[in-house]
Amino acid sequence: MQVNKILLLIILCYSTFAAALTPEQQGLEIAMESDRRDTGFGDSKADLTMLLKNRQGEESTRYIRLKTLEVSGDGDKSMSIFDQPRDVKGTAFLSFTHKTSSDDQWLFLPALKRVKRISSRNKSGSFMGSEFAYEDISSQEVEKYTYKYINDEACGNSTCFVIERFPVDELSGYTRQVVWINKEEYRPFKIVFYDRKNALLKTLTYSDYQQYLNKYWRADNMYMENHQTGKTTLLTWKNYKFNNGLTSRDFDKNSLKRAR
Amino acid sequence: MLLRPALMFFILVYSMSVHAEKSEWSGYFSGEWRSFLHSPSDDEQHGDSSSLSAQAEYYREWNNGKQSLRFTSFLRIDGRDSSRSHFDVRELNWTTVHDKWELTAGIGKVFWGVTESQHLVDIINQTDLVESIDGEEKLGQLMLKLSLVRDWGNLDLFLLPGFRERTFPSRVGRLRTSAAVAVNQAEYDSSQARDHIDTAIRWSKSVGDWDIGLSHFSGTSREPSFRVSQDKGRTVLIPVYTTIDQTALDLQATKDDWLWKLEIVSRSGQGDRYTAATGGFEYTLYGINESSVDLGLIAEYLYDDRDNLATTAFENDVFLGARLGFNDEASSELLAGVIIDVNDSSRVMSVEASRRLGNNWKVSLEGRFFSNIAELNSLSSFKNDDFVQLELAWYF
Repeated sequence: MQVNKILLLIILCYSTFAAALTPEQQGLEIAMESDRRDTGFGDSKADLTMLLKNRQGEESTRYIRLKTLEVSGDGDKSMSIFDQPRDVKGTAFLSFTHKTSSDDQWLFLPALKRVKRISSRNKSGSFMGSEFAYEDISSQEVEKYTYKYINDEACGNSTCFVIERFPVDELSGYTRQVVWINKEEYRPFKIVFYDRKNALLKTLTYSDYQQYLNKYWRADNMYMENHQTGKTTLLTWKNYKFNNGLTSRDFDKNSLKRAR
Repeated sequence: MLLRPALMFFILVYSMSVHAEKSEWSGYFSGEWRSFLHSPSDDEQHGDSSSLSAQAEYYREWNNGKQSLRFTSFLRIDGRDSSRSHFDVRELNWTTVHDKWELTAGIGKVFWGVTESQHLVDIINQTDLVESIDGEEKLGQLMLKLSLVRDWGNLDLFLLPGFRERTFPSRVGRLRTSAAVAVNQAEYDSSQARDHIDTAIRWSKSVGDWDIGLSHFSGTSREPSFRVSQDKGRTVLIPVYTTIDQTALDLQATKDDWLWKLEIVSRSGQGDRYTAATGGFEYTLYGINESSVDLGLIAEYLYDDRDNLATTAFENDVFLGARLGFNDEASSELLAGVIIDVNDSSRVMSVEASRRLGNNWKVSLEGRFFSNIAELNSLSSFKNDDFVQLELAWYF
């Protein structure tokens, strides 16, 4: 009996404490938990197919290979190598994301064998003509947004936290994003993007999640629909590999020049 | 020619790399049509022309990408100018990668520099001038390149045997010097002539927003001087390749929307020691008018302290350019620019536009226009060579 009373007291205290959290704190807690659960993957490699479709149904395809290196205490390093369309084959993109300062980016142009340092200010610009902006595909660091918890909602076969997040960077193409995060695994289910005028712009839906190394969840499919233009982009991820032994040497200007 | 030993070496390494993790071909076929807007300066020079070109690349890697072979060959068949018809091995090399160093042996291509209007610092490869007068097309160069990768930066050490002579249009070709260049009569001031082994070294490092490169080249100048001569009753220019030492700096500061760029070279051996520089900025307006179109504005100053004795046309010139990137499915792009001589107001305008058609085709439009060219400007031989070029390429 005594034990039950103590337990009840603890639960009461806890729920009072939880209720005391502001929606902003709750939103941040969820984002941090989601980030924590994805920490420690080390490195990964994957093949990406992008299927672009316009309102008329015309399609074009891009093949990209991606390597990612987790950097503790800072944003990830990534290298993207383009295989298709064939005229840009061999073009490679090296990016060092940072939690708070602006990212470092280099582009390798194979025809001239030229490495070009490029400005990372182009956050809201389209990635390869797709409906994904650079800021959508770059490493999602907790510090890049402020948060606000809204409510819980059914999503698929599960329940999701629904949070709003507001980009810290004034160069972002969005005023806000509404994110559905699955309650069991803390993985994103859906993101709705609102443009600079706060009008509905895009919806990103994640599906076919796979678990790797018994811990990390990656969606096989990411479908972005632009409500303003009717264009869509489907990202299909294949051949995810972890523990490749990648080091910072695989993410430098030398490796960028060699990228194939 | 040193192509044979390079090829033998390539075949040897290839035969040892039985467990390739990757082995692939890629490249393109292209048709090009050039229309010249004026009659040529010299009656012997041709009018409109068409040509075909193809590039094939082979890449093979093994040992987790730590070793690789590359082969890139290029062929052009020109309908008018036999000197533009040529075959070149752009790359034929083996690379081995280690934690602290990398080594490349064979024929390769290396680019140094940051500016857009001209490439002063870029010196490893010879210019394939018949391909384009912009100097961006290069011939393959035999090299042994050792890269040291350390905390204090990258150090690249080069041994460059097998000098390549610059390509020039023939007597009937357009975009040539006032007298044709007698490429088969090239002269060297080194007794070793084209057998001289050139050396080069480059240190580079990225420090925050700054990308810095310091280099030194010692060997045969890629850029010849000319001696006027007579050949079978005609005036010809004989290319003279001298031995030079060139120290260079290339620098870029990436400050938000601004890219600040500087290239400086100091060269001795070709007349008196001289200094040349290119410097300026590229400022980009992203997503103009809430569209996906980016507009880049480029301004550079081109300087050479030899003034009118400069072997290049750009001794006191200003380059102004605009780059439009449409960020669409077809990767549509437009680059337009003009180089204006501050002294005599001679102008060279260029326009380059391209877009993809479907997944494998690309159409490119290029135009170069020479206006107000002063008689003494070294571009004066091009003054009637304004042209528009259409190119259609199929990539595989």
